[in-house]
Amino acid sequence: MPVLSLRKISKNFGAIRALTEIDLELEPGEVLGLMGDNGAGKSTLVKIVAGNFPPTTGELILQEKPVHFHKPAEARQKGIEIVYQDLALCDNLTATANVFLSREVYRRIWPLKFLQSKAMSDRAGELFGELKSETRPHDVVRRMSGGQRQAVAITRTMLSEAKIVLMDEPTAAISVRQVAEVLELIRRLKNRGIAIVLISHRMPDVFAVADRVAVLRRGRKVAEKPVSQSSPEEVTGLITGAIHAA
Amino acid sequence: MPPETEAGATHPDIGDIRIQDVVSIKEQTAFEKIISSQPFWVTVALLLIISLMSYLQPQAFASEENFYNITRNFAYIGIMSVGMVCVIITGGIDLSVGSTMGLVGVACGVVLQAGLHWALAIAAGLFAGLVVGAINGVLIAYAGLSPFVVTLGMLSFARSFAIVLSGNKMLYNFGPYKPGFRAFGGGEFLGMSNMVWALIILVVVVGVILKFTTWGRHIYAIGGNEQAARLTGVPVNAVKMQAYMVTGATAAIAGIMVVGWQGSAINALGTGYELKVIASTVIGGANLMGGEGGTYGAFIGAALLEVIRNSLLMQGIDSNWQGAFVGVFIVLAVLLEKIRGRKRA
Repeated sequence: MPVLSLRKISKNFGAIRALTEIDLELEPGEVLGLMGDNGAGKSTLVKIVAGNFPPTTGELILQEKPVHFHKPAEARQKGIEIVYQDLALCDNLTATANVFLSREVYRRIWPLKFLQSKAMSDRAGELFGELKSETRPHDVVRRMSGGQRQAVAITRTMLSEAKIVLMDEPTAAISVRQVAEVLELIRRLKNRGIAIVLISHRMPDVFAVADRVAVLRRGRKVAEKPVSQSSPEEVTGLITGAIHAA
Repeated sequence: MPPETEAGATHPDIGDIRIQDVVSIKEQTAFEKIISSQPFWVTVALLLIISLMSYLQPQAFASEENFYNITRNFAYIGIMSVGMVCVIITGGIDLSVGSTMGLVGVACGVVLQAGLHWALAIAAGLFAGLVVGAINGVLIAYAGLSPFVVTLGMLSFARSFAIVLSGNKMLYNFGPYKPGFRAFGGGEFLGMSNMVWALIILVVVVGVILKFTTWGRHIYAIGGNEQAARLTGVPVNAVKMQAYMVTGATAAIAGIMVVGWQGSAINALGTGYELKVIASTVIGGANLMGGEGGTYGAFIGAALLEVIRNSLLMQGIDSNWQGAFVGVFIVLAVLLEKIRGRKRA
């Protein structure tokens, strides 16, 4: 049973057709590589799933129920988490504060909500442990390496029982060694049964962790197949249009 | 499989490098954190100046009377700095606090001159401050205008409004409830002006709110990365607006108390205070780019400026030099922050 199905999703911005009748399915514990050139519609598709805006036509089906999101908080409530390209971290706060940002554990003493710091840092420590990341709950994000920052952003998605994690270019701006670290984090999320959509320009990363790859070109899906039956050359051809469809 | 990850997975050094990575970033102890904080060093500087002056002028400077005067003189600047620091942590600024103080003073004066109860005068003052803060907040948080421009406009508007409201006259015929109103700002308790007590209470209360509540956490988050705060679901607009209302409220408290202390309201009250207030927060470690600062810093910054002013007077140095000293301290504070930032990076 797919955790998420997209049925004929189209999106128009005025006269511009950003997406045309996209069908896509996502199974639990599956990593789907979503590829395409700049302007192919990857971000638009992800933003529809994440609830930033609704599709013009088409349906989103989450665990066999149609859903309509009007804002990201609604999608998050239904178990769809997103790791933004720039990670959306506050450099001046600690790892724990970032993980719990806007979902703080608090005790209400009217009219104030007092932070339960101990509970939060313990939980953050546990989650970092599960990801086998050497990130300490009390460290300030400003002092962290690129890989650790990714770990903080990814840990944020584990706070609630996420079913789907959307990752926008998680390996775009970090060193080769940190890329290996992040790919390992993605595998651990997958092992927890979470479905992952990995948007990436980096062919080797997608082929390293993805089970399937879907290619968008000018707002249409031109291919969707298991990684084992494809090759970086074929996908490159599909992205650029050298190969029309597969 | 692509070659890059193959190499990554089999490379024997990766484990070692990671361990070194971890070792090179040590966790800071509480002591190291205090030592590396700006308010700590400003406190040290303040104590040094006080010691030096107590040695040079044991009778005049280190007297009970002078202590009373110094603390009272920086209390109202400190009160506004506590509000200002909330706005500065969000990455904003409020240039209108001085004018707000003037408007609040006139509002209190008008109500008292009409012979109404002092409680109504205080309510009118607080209301004026909160309205000014709310207008600033709406324009900045919801209309997305620049804090600098909006509050610069308010600086001009609120002052003008205060002048019109007062009929450009000094208000001092405070009517039957004058003593009750004066007791607030003019009174004292355990040898310190009520204004100083108000400052201490505000430093503690607002300090606790900033460090230990979700609202405070969100204030710091907005200053650190507003876009990230928004994306993760922090109610950024509401929190920003509330921060400007806190600043407005502290300007109101300062205005109410100063009018009570002086026993009259002039529409020029608070002129130029915005710069003293901002200087206090910056000297106390607030970062004008947002994300850093605290109420203790605001308190100690305000104290330092007043102690310098007082010391120069006592040493018989031409009072026109005060501005120069203040300027030097502001730049020194920012320079210190820069050096600390480099060490941290």
